[in-house]
Order: sequence, then structure tokens, then C-alpha cells
Amino acid sequence: MKLEVSGLNSFYGQAHILFDVAFEVGEGEVVALLGRNGAGKSTSFRSVAGLVPQRTGKVVFEGEDVSRLPPYEIARRGLGYVPEDRRIFTELTVEENFEVGRQEPRPGVATWTPERIYKLFPNLGEMRKRAGGHMSGGEQQMLTIGRTLMGNPSLVLLDEPSEGLAPKIVEQMAEAIMTMKREGLSIIISEQNLHFAKLISDRAYIIEKGRIRFSGTMGELEANPEIRDAYLAV
Amino acid sequence: MDFLLIQALSGLASAASLFLVASGLSIIFGVTRIVNFAHGAFYMLGAYVAFTLTDRFAGPLGFWGGLLVASLVVAALGALMEMVLLRRIYQAPELFQLLATFGVTLMVQDLVVLIWGPDDLMGPRAPGLSGAFSLFGRLVPSYDILLILLGPAVLGLLWLLFHRTRWGVLVRAATQDREMVASLGVNQKWLFTSVFALGVFLAALGGALQIPRTTVTHYMDLSIIVEVFVVVVIGGLGSVTGAFIAAVLVSELNAFGILVLPKISMITVFLVMAVVLVVRPWGLFGKPDAAPRASAGISVRPWKPMSVLERSGVALVVLLAALLPLVSGSYALSVGSEILVFVLFAASLHFMMTVGGLSSFGHAAYFGLGAYGAAFAVTYFGAPMEAALLLGPLLGLAGAVLFGWFCVRLSGVYFAMLTLAFAQITWSVAFQWVEVTGGDNGILGIWPSAWASTPQGFYWLTLAVVVVGVALLRMLVFSPFGFGLRAARDSALRAEAIGIDGKRTQWAAFMVAGTFAGIAGALFAFLKGSVFPETLAIPMSVDGLVMVLLGGIETVSGAVVGAVVYKALAIWLMSQTELSKLVLGGIIVLLVVAFPKGIVGFLEDWRHRRPPAPNGAGPKAAGKAATEAAPVGIAKLEAAR
Repeated sequence: MKLEVSGLNSFYGQAHILFDVAFEVGEGEVVALLGRNGAGKSTSFRSVAGLVPQRTGKVVFEGEDVSRLPPYEIARRGLGYVPEDRRIFTELTVEENFEVGRQEPRPGVATWTPERIYKLFPNLGEMRKRAGGHMSGGEQQMLTIGRTLMGNPSLVLLDEPSEGLAPKIVEQMAEAIMTMKREGLSIIISEQNLHFAKLISDRAYIIEKGRIRFSGTMGELEANPEIRDAYLAV
Repeated sequence: MDFLLIQALSGLASAASLFLVASGLSIIFGVTRIVNFAHGAFYMLGAYVAFTLTDRFAGPLGFWGGLLVASLVVAALGALMEMVLLRRIYQAPELFQLLATFGVTLMVQDLVVLIWGPDDLMGPRAPGLSGAFSLFGRLVPSYDILLILLGPAVLGLLWLLFHRTRWGVLVRAATQDREMVASLGVNQKWLFTSVFALGVFLAALGGALQIPRTTVTHYMDLSIIVEVFVVVVIGGLGSVTGAFIAAVLVSELNAFGILVLPKISMITVFLVMAVVLVVRPWGLFGKPDAAPRASAGISVRPWKPMSVLERSGVALVVLLAALLPLVSGSYALSVGSEILVFVLFAASLHFMMTVGGLSSFGHAAYFGLGAYGAAFAVTYFGAPMEAALLLGPLLGLAGAVLFGWFCVRLSGVYFAMLTLAFAQITWSVAFQWVEVTGGDNGILGIWPSAWASTPQGFYWLTLAVVVVGVALLRMLVFSPFGFGLRAARDSALRAEAIGIDGKRTQWAAFMVAGTFAGIAGALFAFLKGSVFPETLAIPMSVDGLVMVLLGGIETVSGAVVGAVVYKALAIWLMSQTELSKLVLGGIIVLLVVAFPKGIVGFLEDWRHRRPPAPNGAGPKAAGKAATEAAPVGIAKLEAAR
């Protein structure tokens, strides 16, 4: 297994957010974590990335328990995190945003350069000197993914990459994710948009009120519309 | 005309050091969100170490090398402070960091006197630049020309550093979003330490460069830090360009202000700062800060008015305090009166800080204004003590009305820095306006009326005023005004949405706190029989802060306990050691690191941690019992099936 999360409990102050959350991502797999707003998707990702101080449970990445490591150590092991709200460095140019994410090449993992990312997202190549704050939402989403790829991760946590984007950009995003998969990356993606998830994922988990409610292949989810209606439909 | 040009050049030369120190402060703040009060201390250390090195190694290499090595040595000290002290308190409220670095400042003041002695030191002239050249028939020191060129050169170098190196890009990214930088695999610890070292290097270089121009003194730290605060408030915290422009502006204002108002030259700078704050509250080149971290109101335990039992306990303590004159001598009573005065002072600051969420670093201004107000009433109007005690605090109120109007437009560290700057301006007026205030000699002969002239009489008077004052402040906490104030503190936006004018409420709280501090100050004037500028000085403000923090910032009654403990300790320390600042600074640092919740906060934590009594289960325990009971019920149902 690439990533094994088990018994994850997270808290914000007094509030208990995640209850014994567990999920796995296999080598080269694309897994979707589905759930409504506030179900605990982002908190799950933030917990794995080491950004939630109050948490218990195990996060095993490439056979190593990383749950006690600080965020930068987790990132340096090749576990990349793309936040939901993009968190672009608005004062920095596209190139400088990439520079912040840059890490040394990792053996056995695809090595990314700005040029390769411009191939993945051609829009970005036309605005290398533009400040992150002066870009559209879609361009910022591409930039935040590219910035994480510059760290040459072997697994990426993608938090709602399709949120608030025009349908055409969503399509472009799906293609980019498929390219990343072909490069050998393992990906776990959180989504509310079931159609988008279906396009790219091999398997899915459903999270609701901080608990994992379903785990199975996309086909199994398709075959159980009552699960979809209970946890996903609006 | 040519005279004005010379004056302008002199101002530009002064701007260089000011810019170096201010840019260092700004860079550190940008990344670590810490306002490094010790920046002035590092500036001073830079000058002292440079003096020693240039004294020992003569010649051009000895001089220029000495300046550089001195700055590097002090930068290493700064990095050490960051690693040993600040790393422990990055998560703490901003106020604690400001206070911890102030503790370091106090320690450095005593250490400098220990190492280099109390006398002013004259540094060597810069080799090759000791002369002057003539411009329009007037002489301009060559060294000034170097400084004038150095400012823009450093500005350019810093720009290159931040835009053309990976380190600089990381620093700029961290200035915006530290967590995201960490998520991208950057070890922030070393980023912070290196930024801190760079900032301290700039401060030390600023100090080292001063030695050919001025004498090296052990009080140059506080004078520069206030100017630096003014510079970064005008230029905008976090902006190096802003620091440069504002340093030039402030230095020129000083250079020309001295021609217009030679006695109170600070006034011109103050006026400009006021205008900038009204037009652009975050400085010329600053950006509005994201919501500042709360300094109070982070506790989960809600405040409650005292129970009957607690009230009786307080009444008993007051009664015991009132009986003190029957058993103790005059010295103990004058110490007791002084402690009581500071109880009221601390309680007034506490009201503003804890209830209002407004962390003032210049509360001494209102204490001192109250004291001077009382002294003016006695000296210039021949008022008796009773009238002076009523009139004096009005001056404190007037100061709070004026300064508060500006201050409540800001929040967080900006608020703290601005209150400090106002207090320091008030201090310099009292210090420089000798005709009215007597300057350094103060105003003497402020004696109480006959009935209160014995230590017993004055002690009882003080006790009565302080008990009523503290009780009034406490009643305000639980009044609708107090609720509105806390609402504005905890969520400014939601408070506005339900119809509370947050700024106006905070301004009113500022006035309340200023008035009560003024009452304490007026009492202090009659206790001492005199008033000096020290009542307005920074150490007085910090005493108040330490009392509030020592008692516990999240508690209602912490200030009273903190004031008693701290004042008694300080008076005792003064009588025991020559190095009271060193010890006091050490205590402050220790306190911030070890007991961030203060004495009362610590006790309350301890009290609430105890298991509830079996019969008197609180709501929390009851709720827990209910949830635990539920599964049992279900199990029973299932068993019945």
C-alpha cells in the first residue's frame, strides 16, 4: 500500500471532527473521498498532511508511520498536499510559486520542472511572470497543483480540485489528473462532484459526519444508488 | 536656502541607521509575526561591540572589519535568542512575544552596564572619512555622505536578496502563508532563525554605524525603538520600502522640527503619524492585517460574577487590609499604599486588555497624566488635595480621549505599538517642556491634606479609593457595556451586525481605563509628594503589563493578585540587588515561557481540573452521565428482545 490511514481522530479545540477514519491508497491508484460540505474531507487531508495539531491515529506512508512528523518532513517524503482553498502566494509570480514548491529529485519518481508543468497546464506557460493574485480561479487551481508537483511527490492529496471551476476547466483538470496517473503518481482526491470523480477514480470512499460510511469500487457505488442518495445527493 | 539643504542632508544621514533598524524589525515581523522589542537592545549591542572591536584593532581594516564583525556577533546572539526563547512561544498571543522580548531588553540594559560601565563612550572616527567637505560654504561630514548613500544601497541589496534568491522567495512566501510553505517541504524553523538573524544583523549594523557620529550610551535602546516603532507604523509593518520612505520622512521631520519647535520636536513627527493613521491605518506601504490572534477571550470557561461566598471572602480581605495600620509601621504602610495604587493601575489596564482585548503598551501615559494633572492643580491653581484628586484624573481622561481615538482604529500589534509611541511622546513632552513640567527635576511639594498626611490616614484613603475603583471596574465587566465590549473583542463583525459600534465601545473602554489609571496616578503623586517623567515612561507601562499577565490575562481578578505579588516582589528586589533589571527581565521571560496563564489562571485551571463532588455534579458532568447512560438503555432493550 502507498498510504494507509487508520483510527484517525481529529479535533478543533473542543470539537471532535473525525471519528476513526480509515482509508488506503494503492500504488498508482486514483481514489476518491466523497462527501458533502462539512463531512470531514478537508480535515482528513489536513490531518494526513500533519496540519491538524490535535489528532490521534496512524498514517503510514510507504511503510513508515509519519503521523508524528511535522508537515515539512511529511512533504519531503513525497506526500504532496494541494489545499482546497488553493493558497497561492499572491505576491509571488508563477515561477516563484513553483520555486517555493521545488524539492530535490526523488529516485523512482517522476521529476517535475516548470517546463513539464507548462506542458500539463499550457495556460500557465503564458503567464510565467504574472503575480498569483492576478490570476483567475482556474489558473490558480492549476498553479497550486503545479506547485505541489514541483516537490516531486509520489502521492498527492488533491482537495476538491473541481470546486468553483467552469466545466471546460474541469475537463482540463480531469485530463491533467489522468496524465499525473500515467506518470505513476498515486492520487487521492476529495470531491462533491460525483461525475468528476467517476471520470478519474478507480475506487471511492464516502465520508459523512466525520465517519467513513462506504468503501468500494466506482462500479459498486454505481450499483448502490441508495448509498449515493443517502450520503451524496443534495 | 543652503542652510536648509545642509539640514536636509543631516536628516538623510540620520535616516540610514533608522532605516536599517526599522527594516530589520519589519522583516522579522513579516515572517515570524513577532514585534521584536529587543531590536533596540540589539542596536545598542551593535554599537557597544563595535566600539570594543574598533578600539582594539586600529586602521581601516580594524574599523570597517570591526563594524561588520560586531554586527555578525550580535546577529548570532539574536539567532540564539530566537532558538532558545522565541521558538517556545510562537503559538502564544502576540502580547507575550512583545513582553518576552521586552524582558530581554531589560536584561541587556543591566548587562551592558556590567560589561562596559555606566559612562558614555566615544567611538573612533572612520578612517579616511573623518574630514568634511564644503558645500555652499558650509561643512558636511564625509561620513554623513557615506551614510546617505548606504541607505539606498541596503534597500537595493535587500530587494535583490528577496527577489533573486531562493531564500528570499521562501521568505516572501512565508510572509503570506507559513503553513502552506511548510506543507511544501520547507523547514520553517531555520527559515525563521535565518530571518531573525538577518533582522538583528541590520539592527546591529545600524548601531555600529552610529559610533563615529554619536556617543555610545546604555539608554540608546529605548530612544531608537520608539522612533523605529513610529517609522514602521508610518511605513507599514512588513514593508522594507515603507521602512525606507518613513525613515527618511521621520528623520527629515526631526531635522526640521527642531528648527520650528526646538523644545518639543517630537510633536511634528506625531502629527504626521496621526495624519497617516487616519488616512491609511496600516501605514503608507502596509497591508491590512488578517484577523489578529486574540490576546484574551481564548478561555473556554465563561466569566461569572462572584458568588456570595466569594464576596464574603473579598470583604474579609478588605477588612484585614483596613486593619493593617493598627499593627504595622510607617514604612510598611507606605509600601502598602504604593501596592494599592498599582492594584488600581493594573485593574484599569486589565479592563482594557482582557475585557476590551486592547493590549496597551503605553498605559503609563494615563497614570502619569493623572499624576501631572494633580500636580498642576496643586502648583498652578493652589488646589487642595481633595480637588486635585478629582481634577488630576481628568487629564488622564483627556489623554485617553485624544490618543484613544487614534488607537482604536488599529488592532493587535499595531495598537500596542501606537499606544507605546503615544506614551513615549507624552513622556518626551514632560521631559522637554521644562517651564511647565520642571523636566527632569519634576514637580515637588505635592502633599496631602492634613487629615490624610499621616501614613495611616493616607493608607486608608488609598484603600477606600482603590476598593471603590476596582469594584466599579468589575461591575462594568458584567454590565451591558461590558458585554458589548467583550462581544466586539471576540467577533468584531458579529458585534457590528447586532448593532454594537465596536470602535466607539472600545474608545469608551479606553477612556474608562485612562480615567482609572489617572486616579491611580493622582494618588501616586500625593503618596510620593512629587511627580517625575518616570511616571510616564516605558518601564511603568511594562510594570502594568507584567502585573496583568502575572495575575492571568484570561481571568477577571488576576490583575489585583498580579499587582500585589509583582509590586511586593519588585520593591523587595530593589532593596536586595543592584541588578534589579536583570532579575526582573529574567522573571518576565521565565513567566511568559512557563506560566502563560498567570497565577489566577493557573489556580483556576487547577480548581476546574478536580473531579466534581458526587452530589453537586455540574452541567458538564450531568451531560456526560446522560450520554453514558444511553448505550446501557439500548443494551437493555436488545436484551429484552
